[in-house]
Amino acid sequence: MSSNPLLVRTHPPVSRRGGNPWLLPKTLIPAAFVLLLIVTVIAPQWFTPLKPDDMDMDAVLSAPTLRHLFGTDSLGRDVFSRVIYGSALSLSIGLGATLIACVGGMALGLLSALAPRALRRVLVRLLDILLAFPELLLALLVIAVLGRGPTNTLIAVGLAGIASYARLLRSQVLQVKLSGYVEHSVALGESPLRIIFRHILPNTLRPLLILATLGIGQSVLTASSLSFLGLGVVPPTAEWGALLADGRDYLDVAPWISLLPATVVALSVIALTLLGRRLQTILAKGA
Amino acid sequence: MTLNSHAPSALLVVEDLQVDFLQPQGTVAAVKNISFQVNPGEIVALVGESGSGKSVTARTLVGLAGESARVTARSLSLTCHDGTRKDLLKQEAADWQKLRGREIGFVLQDALVSLDPLRTIGREVAEPMLIHKRHPRGEIPSRVEALLHQVGIPDPQNRMQQYPHELSGGLRQRALIASALAAGPQLLIADEPTTALDVTVQQRILDIFRQLAQAGHGVLLITHDLAVVAQVADRIVVMQQGEGVESGPAAQVLASPAHPYTRRLLAAIPGADTRGRWLAGESPLPDVPLTAQENDNQRRRNPFVSALDVRNVSVDFSLPNGVKHNAVNHVSLQLAWGETLGLVGESGSGKTTLGKVVLALQKAQHGEVWLAGNPWSRLREAERRPVRGRIQTITQDPLGSFDPQYTVEQIIQQPLKLRGKLSSSALRARTLELVNLVGLNVDLLKRRPQALSGGQRQRVSIAQALASNPEILVCDEPVSALDVTTQAQVLDLLIALQRKLGLAMLFISHDLGVVQHMSHRIAVMKAGQIVETGSTEEILGSPKHPYTQTLLASVIAA
Amino acid sequence: MLWTGIQRLFTILAVLWGAATLTFVALKLIPGDPVSILSGGANVVDDAFRAQLTHEFGLDQPLWLQYLHYLGHALIGNFGQSYQYREPVIAVIFSALKQTLVLAVGALVLALALAVLNALATAGRWRYLRTFFTGLELCLLSTPVYWLGIILLSLFSFKMHWFPVMGNEGWQSLVLPIITLSLPLAAILSQILRDGLEEALSQPFALTVRTRGAGETRLRLRHGLRHATLAASTLTGTMLANVLSGSILTETVFGRAGIGKITLQAIASRDMPLVLGIVMLSALLFVIINLVVDAAYLLIDPRLRKRSS
Repeated sequence: MSSNPLLVRTHPPVSRRGGNPWLLPKTLIPAAFVLLLIVTVIAPQWFTPLKPDDMDMDAVLSAPTLRHLFGTDSLGRDVFSRVIYGSALSLSIGLGATLIACVGGMALGLLSALAPRALRRVLVRLLDILLAFPELLLALLVIAVLGRGPTNTLIAVGLAGIASYARLLRSQVLQVKLSGYVEHSVALGESPLRIIFRHILPNTLRPLLILATLGIGQSVLTASSLSFLGLGVVPPTAEWGALLADGRDYLDVAPWISLLPATVVALSVIALTLLGRRLQTILAKGA
Repeated sequence: MTLNSHAPSALLVVEDLQVDFLQPQGTVAAVKNISFQVNPGEIVALVGESGSGKSVTARTLVGLAGESARVTARSLSLTCHDGTRKDLLKQEAADWQKLRGREIGFVLQDALVSLDPLRTIGREVAEPMLIHKRHPRGEIPSRVEALLHQVGIPDPQNRMQQYPHELSGGLRQRALIASALAAGPQLLIADEPTTALDVTVQQRILDIFRQLAQAGHGVLLITHDLAVVAQVADRIVVMQQGEGVESGPAAQVLASPAHPYTRRLLAAIPGADTRGRWLAGESPLPDVPLTAQENDNQRRRNPFVSALDVRNVSVDFSLPNGVKHNAVNHVSLQLAWGETLGLVGESGSGKTTLGKVVLALQKAQHGEVWLAGNPWSRLREAERRPVRGRIQTITQDPLGSFDPQYTVEQIIQQPLKLRGKLSSSALRARTLELVNLVGLNVDLLKRRPQALSGGQRQRVSIAQALASNPEILVCDEPVSALDVTTQAQVLDLLIALQRKLGLAMLFISHDLGVVQHMSHRIAVMKAGQIVETGSTEEILGSPKHPYTQTLLASVIAA
Repeated sequence: MLWTGIQRLFTILAVLWGAATLTFVALKLIPGDPVSILSGGANVVDDAFRAQLTHEFGLDQPLWLQYLHYLGHALIGNFGQSYQYREPVIAVIFSALKQTLVLAVGALVLALALAVLNALATAGRWRYLRTFFTGLELCLLSTPVYWLGIILLSLFSFKMHWFPVMGNEGWQSLVLPIITLSLPLAAILSQILRDGLEEALSQPFALTVRTRGAGETRLRLRHGLRHATLAASTLTGTMLANVLSGSILTETVFGRAGIGKITLQAIASRDMPLVLGIVMLSALLFVIINLVVDAAYLLIDPRLRKRSS
């Protein structure tokens, strides 16, 4: 099992209602939010006229107003702008890390399921060992080696996530490999390569990709946790976790500095997760 | 609670029962109109195919039809131990809990999943006693032991401590029956109680029901298997699509059925006496004649060489705990061109494994298989692959052999795409040809097999198998999961295809009746060995091996 | 039985060996001056001192020998000295572990209780209640653990002054951290328990139990719960991992002493011996927990035991 709680449930919930599933509110709302997030990443300047690093020394630690929707922090910076620009960083780290984890996981997973026996045994043991560590700890280890900063955070979270995807892919591939239709394809006269590319890969990759959409949310969380701990993206760069760390010292006087960005993080991850789960359900029914 | 003009001793009275299910898409009428009665000491069989509503009826009688069920009836009443008549339409949840187990016992099929696998047999059997507080706690173990003894489980004291998976299929089912009887109900409802069991074991389970009836219980037996019915039922009620179409004493209904559906049902049962006629009434392929005459002019190949030659094949498996299991033990047989060899045996006899060896999907530790006079099993896979088109297979669960993403069209075209580039019009033409050959509707091409019925799926499977123009077809339990009438259609199709295309068939099945109907020659398999081979007439007329004789005894000519 | 025991032992050793190797490799990969790394970042200029340190850390020996030494030391629990604390790493870890254990165990117990209650109450019935709880669980899983902590802190500590803001004194300082840590754990557990319970309730044997006249409560408690527990025990790896990482975050939010605090400081100040010791610790913990779970599995599911007949 992976230590990634959002990837734990590999069986999609069964839905009973009628109607076009793509148009239901429970698909559209998270999809709209995610779309909003994507726009934020591409064009942050549409959402706020202020820059994240602009300091306004007259309005230090001020509560939310119309001008500063989320208030300001100890250096007079507009928290809202920092959140908007920070989303670009956080989401790209999340996406990049998931990509690394997915690709690495695919390679490791495929090998550990299809390779000759001796290599397989070794790889499965390796996976077991990697899975012994919580993702956060693995990421911390990589940071310890590489140092802090956004790129390193991306790499760290990515590498830490490989084991989970590898394990998932491996069990999928094994399931398919032992299934009736693979044996039947042999009986029909299909070559091994053809079977891998036409049957095994398509039937295993699809669930993996859907799970990856869930995984993006988790990667964002892990990355922001690292930043919160001071070991990911460091100030003054705007990143969600870093923002929360900034605000922790001012909780009693200016809670909005932490609370409001944290709410944005939570909503984003929820939206991503919901979307991922909806995809799971919709594509499972069609399959 | 009405007392009507039925015999005062009737245990269960059902009159004009109707069960509807309220779904978001609309109301589904699962049971439209059924009436029958169960008296103490008699076995009433409720017979029907899938979709007939028989299981829904059974569950309605214990109030477990489901939340969306709406039950109406002119009368639905049960006579209880204290002599009162309970109106089953008016029972609330708490009332049902008192009735279930105490007044009505329920037996499901396949005790492996119908008993809690994490609890011992003893605790499962004791549960109804505890729920209904029938006996003081101290007495319960001895009562459980007595019950297990009553249903014929040897060494009950030790068996009580065991778990369901540790018992054989037959013993498990007996334990399940024991747990249904534990709180002393007089009415017993059994829903397909023998379906998951081997034929020889089925006999003994049916004996238990007979004994129970003789002891004064009333038994309602739900089944699709007319062989079962013929053995134990006193009365039969036939259901078709939610309606009761015929009822009467068993002997009468079986000998001279009144309703056309019953007649069709009885006519569709394959056996030794149905050889040479179409089970479903007419030929599925118009150009194949209705006569029993064989078409010998298909034998264009070398008659001195067998289609398949299995030489002294043995297969061993090593089980997870290290023990070696000998699945196939020095088996030899030959399949001639254009003939059907029936391979019959119970579960665990090794017949499926042998089938896989013939298809070169399973390695044999000893022995060889030759195909059309050439080596087959000893070839390397790369040499064998181009020749695989000559021998194809259909199985019991076609869905399991299809890629879950493929549509019917893609499935049928799977073999066609292997033989070099076909132009899309040639591809289309050949697909249509195959679809017509197996009697599938062309509209189904774009659908997924998951949306098709069992019979349609099997036709898709056959179409796919025929796509590469095979000369040999290995059929592994192809009709075991189908209803009797659907089964009849598929069997007719296979025979018609054999006559038209000159196929040689290895037909593997546990059902001797089906095998007798389909085969020219039969091989009987037990515990990995072939105990007897011969033409169908020989096996029927003068079976030599005791096992063959036992098998024959359990097949009833309807 | 003996053979599986040997296989188990082998797996444990393999995991531990793998963890040790992993950390050794990580150590060697760190860019920079190895002497400086092992002595906590100090810039050692004096040659004589450098030679002394090099010899002390074994850096003058061939790589494979260093590896063996490292393994050997790890075997007996000697990870060297923490540079920050100037104490054996083992000692530092153990004293911090005590603090964290209280937090972790408390949170796990609370999570378990919440999850069982939730699953029993909502499995298979009352559509709206179930949807509500499922949604709540999703929220809990998607929010950063530290956010929960921050919310609880600002609400109960700063605004209402019910609980202390920071520190380790007394049981009051434990309440908020335990709640914070337990909620995401409870969310995962609930989901799996409920899924397992519903799966069990839809099996044929559940129908059999109902036909005996059993009520829903009996069905759930005496039959369903066992099956659900089986499903949940595959989760222990995830649970442990989440407890560990959650502890780190929670301790940071609430300013508590414990493994979390020393891990962060160790990484921030590049106190490598300490970092490596912590990594090995979590591997060891994982292995032990897994053993316990496997044994429990055998207890619950009789199908896994050897056939006695």
